[in-house]
Amino acid sequence: MSSVGNGDGCCAGGSDGGQRHVLAVDDSSVDRAVIAGILRSSKLRVTAVDSGKRALELLGLEKKDVSMIITDYWMPEMTGFELLKRVKESSELKEIPVVIMSSENVPNRITRCLEEGAEEFLLKPIRPSDVSRVCSRVLK
Amino acid sequence: MESSSLQRQLANLKKSLFDQGNLDEQFYQLEELQDDASPNFVEEVVTLFFRDSSRLVANIEQAIEKCPRDYGSLDALVHQLKDSASSIGAAKMMKDCTVFREYCEKRNSEGCLRSFQKVKKEHSTLRLKLENYFQLLRQVGPAEKATRSGK
Repeated sequence: MSSVGNGDGCCAGGSDGGQRHVLAVDDSSVDRAVIAGILRSSKLRVTAVDSGKRALELLGLEKKDVSMIITDYWMPEMTGFELLKRVKESSELKEIPVVIMSSENVPNRITRCLEEGAEEFLLKPIRPSDVSRVCSRVLK
Repeated sequence: MESSSLQRQLANLKKSLFDQGNLDEQFYQLEELQDDASPNFVEEVVTLFFRDSSRLVANIEQAIEKCPRDYGSLDALVHQLKDSASSIGAAKMMKDCTVFREYCEKRNSEGCLRSFQKVKKEHSTLRLKLENYFQLLRQVGPAEKATRSGK
């Protein structure tokens, strides 16, 4: 299993050499801390928020700065799927790749998310190797 | 000499946490993320876990005592607890929560009560063991952090 902590910068710089910015969305403070830790170990700049609503507020302000969204599926008020739909329906946000995380392996759920435009569906607990693989593909 | 004794205690405690099934591989994954920029990452995450899980355990207790019992709400709470446990590698808690959820699904009152007692017990045990672990880690200091290999 590769370790993101090796810091080979697989996900690091954008074309301008700056850090890529990832928006992490999860209502669980534990999971927010873990995903933020994994992303930071990949030399990515991370903003972690606790709801889809907050994510959309931030995207409204900083859309050009966000290179990827990684969101939990199951959140109160707005699920990760609903957030994905809002992003993909927005002409300003639809190009931002969205990755969904869930602790439940529900095939219909996974299919729906991928059909709606999610880049990948990751099962929790998230490992650094999962993030490394996704970032290598998504954040070229 | 004292330092090596502490290191032995630390190693033994860690080994027992894994051998007795309290923790799994996910805990090692968190340790791998710890570095100079985040030297206390694991302890911070574990602290967050016990803050959240204590609240969830209290909410589960309320939900279990409610009459009539809402098994759907109860299951949702246990699901949250299980997810949280999995994020830090609290393997035994995860297993206990899985069994608990199965009883919720079957609306088995006795099973739910028994499962909850197990979950509460493991929650307390794990908290105590990890508090001891981090206390020892602080005492052992940078030397252990530099050589921490886990397995």
